[in-house]
Amino acid sequence: MKQSIFEIVSNKLIADNTYEMVLRGDCTDITKPGQFVNIKLDSFFLRRPISVCDCEKDILTLIYKVVGHGTEKMAAMQAKEKLDILTGLGNGYDISKSGDAPLLIGGGAGVPPMYMLAKELIAEGKKPTVILGFNKKSEVFYEEEFSALGIKTIVTTADGSYGVKGFVTDAFKDISYTYFFTCGPEPMLRAVYNTTSTSGQMSFEARMGCGFGACMGCTCETITGNKRICKEGPVLEKEEIKWQN
Amino acid sequence: MAKLDVNLSGLKLDNPIIPASGTFGFGYEFSDYYDINILGSISIKGTTKDPRYGNPLPRIAECSSGMLNSVGLQNPGVEKVVSEELPKLRKCFSKKVLANVSGFSLEDYVYTCEIMDKQDEVGILEVNISCPNVKHGGMSFGTSPESAAEITRAVKSVTKKPVYMKLSPNVTDIASIAKACEEAGADGISMINTLMGMRINLKDRKPILANKAGGFSGSAILPVALAMVYKVYEAVNIPIIGMGGITTAEDVVEMMLAGATAVEVGAANLTEPYACKNIIEELPAVMEKYKIDSLESIIGGAH
Repeated sequence: MKQSIFEIVSNKLIADNTYEMVLRGDCTDITKPGQFVNIKLDSFFLRRPISVCDCEKDILTLIYKVVGHGTEKMAAMQAKEKLDILTGLGNGYDISKSGDAPLLIGGGAGVPPMYMLAKELIAEGKKPTVILGFNKKSEVFYEEEFSALGIKTIVTTADGSYGVKGFVTDAFKDISYTYFFTCGPEPMLRAVYNTTSTSGQMSFEARMGCGFGACMGCTCETITGNKRICKEGPVLEKEEIKWQN
Repeated sequence: MAKLDVNLSGLKLDNPIIPASGTFGFGYEFSDYYDINILGSISIKGTTKDPRYGNPLPRIAECSSGMLNSVGLQNPGVEKVVSEELPKLRKCFSKKVLANVSGFSLEDYVYTCEIMDKQDEVGILEVNISCPNVKHGGMSFGTSPESAAEITRAVKSVTKKPVYMKLSPNVTDIASIAKACEEAGADGISMINTLMGMRINLKDRKPILANKAGGFSGSAILPVALAMVYKVYEAVNIPIIGMGGITTAEDVVEMMLAGATAVEVGAANLTEPYACKNIIEELPAVMEKYKIDSLESIIGGAH
């Protein structure tokens, strides 16, 4: 974990309620795709945890959905404004297990971490396929960016207004893959868990206190013991997941 | 040269800053961020006889200038704390700690305190009779003078180390409970634990916390803590560790003026991992500003 001040380079609307914020600052503690940062906002007590979409040298890209007052405030921020950010949080994805043709499945706000993950897998000589799931056409983002990486990119929308009609799980029935990585809302994660035929890694969300392991506010039970989503997570192996209810 | 040292029942602290239980884990993880030996001491994660997962998620909700938690005493149980967590802390922290102990029966408290009392790393037993997040225990022992005194007596009878009773603000008269603890042999008072609070999600019209209510902490509660420490200082003759919303070096001075001998910093650690370090570094300048040569000399200075 590292605390540093970042300067906003740009902050723009890229889909319904969805913003891409590019920042400049010290990214040296961001070592793996699937990690997150925790952002201090004036007049809010808790920081806002946001997954890392991309990180190149001193440029950090975040994509976030406006879901409450905190992200509303972020959406109103302008270039040149500064933010106090904790970086390098969470375990991130372990790409050593991917095999040659991993499947990447991102749903809604779970799409962003798939981008840096795809780049790192490609750099390792892997041939990932990515499935991006959204509710409707106006929510779709980053299809071109993924395609530009030269990988097979499939977009699904629940209402069929764009791409494949249905859920992400409808899109990989006929695809062969060696491993999977996923991030998205819990109902999607459960569906992916039940539908995938290989091992994989899944990234979870939780309301957090600190984001760096101090408060035990986000601990979940797993087959391999209690894990803090912010510290031993957010990425868990499929085999260790213990669903509640 | 500003004098920051204070004395808690014979335990000398280089400065009065102690991270509060539940906001600093077992301490060693913060040593990745800074040398934790600069701290006065550490109050380690609340420990119970048996391992506890705690309450279901969500356990955290935000408030204006504060937060709610309903963690519910997640900890690996006293045996593992002693065999695994304390040795890890010993590697990076050379001072004595406060062992924060909770229980669900009188026997639980006695069992856990007896073990903690034997640990060299432990300087003070901080007996939590004020956790708002567990049923059958925790706070229920701290809401009447009689039951608070009963736990105090039982723990004192099996321990040699100083015993500080950690009190709840969710009571009618905290001073009478502090007094009962003192009469039962407590060496000090630790106060305040969190206030009961709730947030409701407007989207689904249900409490945000899975446990419905939780403990309210953060800078919002500083005035409540100050008023209670001020009141208890007048009621007892044993030292008080003051806590509740402390975020800055000025807050530390204010809490000591109200009557605290040392302070614990809680929720501030969660939003600012360097909170305790920053406070310790800012203290000399704040003391100079307010013409304070020695922190010990201002304890209870507002009375």
